[in-house]
Amino acid sequence: MLAKRIIPCLDVLDGKVVKGINFINLKEVGDPVVQGAWYSEQGADELVYLDITATHEKRKLLSDLVRRVAENINIPFTVGGGVNHIQDADALLSAGADKISVNSAVLMNPALVDQIAKSFGSQFLVVAIDAKFVDGRWVVYRNGGRIATDRELFEWAGEVWMRGAGEILFTSMDHDGVKTGYACKELAMLSETLSIPVIASGGAGAPEHFLEAFTVGKSDAALAASVFHYNEISIPELKKYLHDNNVTVRI
Amino acid sequence: MNQNIIIIKYNAGNIRSVDFALRRLGVNAEISDDPLKIRAADKVIFPGVGEASGTMEYLRKRGLDEVIKQLRQPVLGICLGMQLMCSYSEEGTADCLGIFDTGVLKFTSGKVPHMGWNALEGITGTLYEEINNGTYVYYVHSYYVPVTSDTVATSTYGVRFSASLQRENFYATQYHPEKSGRYGETILKNFLKL
Repeated sequence: MLAKRIIPCLDVLDGKVVKGINFINLKEVGDPVVQGAWYSEQGADELVYLDITATHEKRKLLSDLVRRVAENINIPFTVGGGVNHIQDADALLSAGADKISVNSAVLMNPALVDQIAKSFGSQFLVVAIDAKFVDGRWVVYRNGGRIATDRELFEWAGEVWMRGAGEILFTSMDHDGVKTGYACKELAMLSETLSIPVIASGGAGAPEHFLEAFTVGKSDAALAASVFHYNEISIPELKKYLHDNNVTVRI
Repeated sequence: MNQNIIIIKYNAGNIRSVDFALRRLGVNAEISDDPLKIRAADKVIFPGVGEASGTMEYLRKRGLDEVIKQLRQPVLGICLGMQLMCSYSEEGTADCLGIFDTGVLKFTSGKVPHMGWNALEGITGTLYEEINNGTYVYYVHSYYVPVTSDTVATSTYGVRFSASLQRENFYATQYHPEKSGRYGETILKNFLKL
């Protein structure tokens, strides 16, 4: 049986993890390799590094980071936040990224999905979608949730799937940071309509929320940041809880 | 382990990650498509993420298809590498190397690609020393090899398929040992010990 995946997300600024584990006494605070290795040892199934650097040195910093992670970490990892053109995707692949995640760039230029999938394979491409329920419809946002687009969640997810996306990472902006659970109804609709994996994001506050994301939400993977970073939920305990509740996980 | 390991270079993505995994085990491999170097290696790794028919064409153009078939040292095919070691693939209806006498079929149920961690079952053979049934390994693939007489491990995704094959000096894994955590490292170590 294919296991449900647990994915910690680390925010990266200027090559350092800024939203990462801050409850253990790490020698190098913010080191992406040290933090990734720690999560890997804890049983994380994949890692996501989300780059929030805005400076013009971003590209080189990100490539260096990806290379260091690829050299040192023995589980798959996704890099998000650095891809606007096909050349950016190529650079990250060459540096050793297993997957890239794209969001705003493909909302501005949907053909980029086709280009990346065709050049590097669908398995390399995660399309992240941030959406918020406004006046009876799920409006897709870009630029980190700051700008509303004219896209609707299910229509957009269907389009990027047809264009060649390998996975969908759906963040409900209504649930994100609230810690009352994932948007399970919407996740289930995505999972049932698309024949690619769906990653739940936004809303995890307790182990039950992960269970719901996999059972009610039919997600293939669940991503979280703060509950892992602040050790509110430990990955080994979470996996034991899921296993005890008949969810297939890698233990 | 001071060995001469060649990773076969071809037009596929992420060959680097195999190289990195070997370096973590203290082994410096060389990535090359030079037939002389490949023939002279102690061990050869044939990795892969990519598309079957285009890759076969690339190998044929360089004469690497014949080189690989004739190798007598331990060879490890990974993912697409394993599929190309079979007789043919439904992907682009490619004729492949024919080291393993089986076709490669497309998954027809479930989400495709089969992506993520799945358990190994029915483990047998030297590649799996210190590895137990139920060990999870990392997969990313849309095509699979059915269970054959060369199968040395299986996983299940709708169908039971070959997680791993072995015939004489040819070893192969459908999953990615280089991304499969510490158990993946053990499997790579077992290959290096052959």
